[in-house]
Amino acid sequence: MTNKHKTDWEAVLARVTGIIVILTGVLLAARVCVAGPPGDHPIPSIFDPHSTPAESIRHLSHFVLAITGLIFLVVFSLLSYVVVKFRRRVADAEREPAQVYGSTQIELAWTIIPILIVVVLFLATARVIHAIQDAPKPAEAVEVTAIGHQFWWEFRYPKLGIVTANELHVPVSDPAHPTPTFLKLFSADTDHSFWIPQLAGKTDLIPNHPNETWVDPHETGLFLGQCAQYCGTQHAKMLLRVYVDTPEDFNAWARAQQQPANQDEKEAAGRLVFERTACVNCHAINGTNGTGRFGPDLTHLMSRNTIAAGAALNTHEKLRLWIQNPDAIKPGSLMPAMKLSDAEVDALVRYLETLQ
Amino acid sequence: MSPDAKAIQTAEAAGQPWVQTLHEWVTTVDHKRLGILYILYALVFLIIAGLEATIIRIQLMRPHNDFVSPQVFNRMFTMHGTTMIFFVAIPVLFGFANYLVPLMIGARDMAFPRLNAFSFWLTALGGFLLYFSFVGGSGLYGAGNAPDVGWWAYAPLTSRAFSPGHSSDYWTVALLVSGFGSIGTAINLIATIISMRCPGMTLSRMPLFAWLNLIMAGMVILAISPLTAAQVMLTVDRYLGGHFFDTQAGGSATLWMHFFWIFGHPEVYVLVIPAFAFVSEIIPVFSRKPIFGYPVMVGATACIGFLSLSVWAHHMFTIGMNSYANSFFAITTFAVGIPTGIKIFNWLGTMWGGRIQFKTPMLFCIAFLFQFLIAGLTGIMLGAAPFNWQLSGSYFVVAHFHYVIVGGILFALFAAFYYWYPKITGRMFNETLGKLHFWLFLIGFHLTFDLMHIPGVLGMPRRIYTYEPGRGWDTLNFLVSIGAFVQGIATLVFVANLVVSYFKGAKAGNDPWDAWTLEWSTSSPPPVYNFASVPTVASRRPLWDLKHPEDPDSRYE
Repeated sequence: MTNKHKTDWEAVLARVTGIIVILTGVLLAARVCVAGPPGDHPIPSIFDPHSTPAESIRHLSHFVLAITGLIFLVVFSLLSYVVVKFRRRVADAEREPAQVYGSTQIELAWTIIPILIVVVLFLATARVIHAIQDAPKPAEAVEVTAIGHQFWWEFRYPKLGIVTANELHVPVSDPAHPTPTFLKLFSADTDHSFWIPQLAGKTDLIPNHPNETWVDPHETGLFLGQCAQYCGTQHAKMLLRVYVDTPEDFNAWARAQQQPANQDEKEAAGRLVFERTACVNCHAINGTNGTGRFGPDLTHLMSRNTIAAGAALNTHEKLRLWIQNPDAIKPGSLMPAMKLSDAEVDALVRYLETLQ
Repeated sequence: MSPDAKAIQTAEAAGQPWVQTLHEWVTTVDHKRLGILYILYALVFLIIAGLEATIIRIQLMRPHNDFVSPQVFNRMFTMHGTTMIFFVAIPVLFGFANYLVPLMIGARDMAFPRLNAFSFWLTALGGFLLYFSFVGGSGLYGAGNAPDVGWWAYAPLTSRAFSPGHSSDYWTVALLVSGFGSIGTAINLIATIISMRCPGMTLSRMPLFAWLNLIMAGMVILAISPLTAAQVMLTVDRYLGGHFFDTQAGGSATLWMHFFWIFGHPEVYVLVIPAFAFVSEIIPVFSRKPIFGYPVMVGATACIGFLSLSVWAHHMFTIGMNSYANSFFAITTFAVGIPTGIKIFNWLGTMWGGRIQFKTPMLFCIAFLFQFLIAGLTGIMLGAAPFNWQLSGSYFVVAHFHYVIVGGILFALFAAFYYWYPKITGRMFNETLGKLHFWLFLIGFHLTFDLMHIPGVLGMPRRIYTYEPGRGWDTLNFLVSIGAFVQGIATLVFVANLVVSYFKGAKAGNDPWDAWTLEWSTSSPPPVYNFASVPTVASRRPLWDLKHPEDPDSRYE
């Protein structure tokens, strides 16, 4: 009797595992389907792609999931069947079952079938590797140089003469007339990884080892990502935002970025604070004596929605807090607290807020 | 009984002073005692590294949590990973190999008992050095902190520019020292299995356990050596002005990655092959049938060992290798699935037509089969290089390898603990507590690691001390943490069972499971000399032959 009871547990185990797998799938589907307003992509799911590399990967992943899912079902059912069917029953508890040592035919079958599956998987995989990695760069492509720093992103558009940080702007790419963005990836210090799940798989930024990746977003809006290779204390807050603009918006943005920094004489006091403190060692503002490259270029700081590599919104309060005590927002970031007086901070923030 | 052994037993019976007992344990060269030392040592570190995991999971329960600082969090995941791999998994598996291999092949000890003791104490010193970084890491009294470079310690994060102080040095030295210990034990296992088998035990009659540990030991030598070399190179970089990995002086960060993963991937199999070994001994006994396809099992394991040396760069699909290299490492990775699949099918074949008894060790083995299947399939997904570009470095990978290491290796290890506990201690464990441990751990495991795949798919990278709300990760991380606590409670039940049963358990007798390998033919616990007279065997299941003289295995092999 107790024996019977125990074996029922096994059936329960099988069922519970099954339910967990199904629940996982449902939860996953539900998560993916929760969509915000159009143009907003709050959940960076790899199964909700909006760019060719991410879409090819999703195709491949569906194929791989189908095959592995099938293998799972077959083996899982077999295992469950064996566990339930061949449990010891009270009646024959004392007898030993037939002693079987093996079977060459069966061994051959379960060797050859997996080999065939591996060949199919490999062909599908190799095709997608080639399609993504060896894609030719069209003449219309936008070129960007992305440089990973502890713990922020530097973006340079060499053809357009733009330098910005943390928020990448790219034009939407019409499949009929593709305008993909090709990124050269460098690192200024440790390893980082560039990952916008809805646009492309990740590619590492490694010092002394230039890499390349590309995206061609098919939809405008904001896409989220973050550094995906552990790079030090504040790896977690090395966030990444990609704004996909219409061609008109992108051109307008680019023209604005190409302007020299705003020179508002009303805020000369704040500018003086910037120029006469250690700010200039790390930060650049076009038209001032600040040419540092350890930190983000601030020439058009106010054109960005966030500061501290996406760790805080670019509001008056946060900007002030960030200057006074960076550790309050991002403990361990390399920006030091400058120990400025309240009056100096106020002047500096007012000046920075003119940098449209 | 030899006069020495008699003297020892008399001394024990007389209640010798504890200093004497301690001295015997510290100076022992007996493979069984060293095996127990390895296992206890690993259990201590299992608790420590488990606490580190708990800190990680508390911090990640909700977005923007501030239970610990980013610095502490980074140390916790570095120490958790390093400890679990080098000071829990390797020692505990070596402990079982040490204890069981000589008994299973009918030998009285390992081939090199003193090397055996030396290797254990090196490993022990390694673990001590790693944790000494907390107090001595900066060279001043009490000023120090644990390494925070991740358990792969990727260059150039380990260069002096990014890792000042000595925390990374303690990491390096700990791995260097314990690496020599591992190589010593591997040499010892190989020598023992090759040259110490009892009369009649040809290689083809060896228990699968011995075969698999032989293959594992060979892989240890191949895998640990490059890691050890890399540690020396790193130290040269840090102190002697070398530039192997120093990218600021023209060194190569990817060189370290290659060194690390040519160790790191075979290491996975170094850990999982002993788990296969446990399962290959336990499933037949509780199915009451011999292992299905013994020669194929040996061949498949050798094949896994060989193939696993050619897959390391699948950990590096995102570093920008060219499409040919990526394709090569994709196909070798898929190919490992073939022999692994064969092994699962053979265990299935063993159970097919058997009379399966659901004792605690068998429950863990069955869960192992289900979970290892899933771990293997997510491994196939990760092997598809483009899919890997999305999944690599995310929580999907973390879920995958915990499925391998916890769902596979740890479940098999729990099975081994329950299966050989009566042999090692002479007492039966408490079956009710064992089942409670199983079900609690199973629920906790699935709650944690099934759900953990999903945040990875939703873009959550690993090794982040906090995350932004509103990305669909919050609820999942909360549930994952709850599951981790359930696993923690289950582990306490396990430890309680080990301790209580040691004092209160029923006497086990020589052969409580009606098993077939040689270790069950001697007393529990076995005497110092293992066997009063060296046994002679005629088949793979000597005790079956003994119990069924009318129908011995030797007739069919």
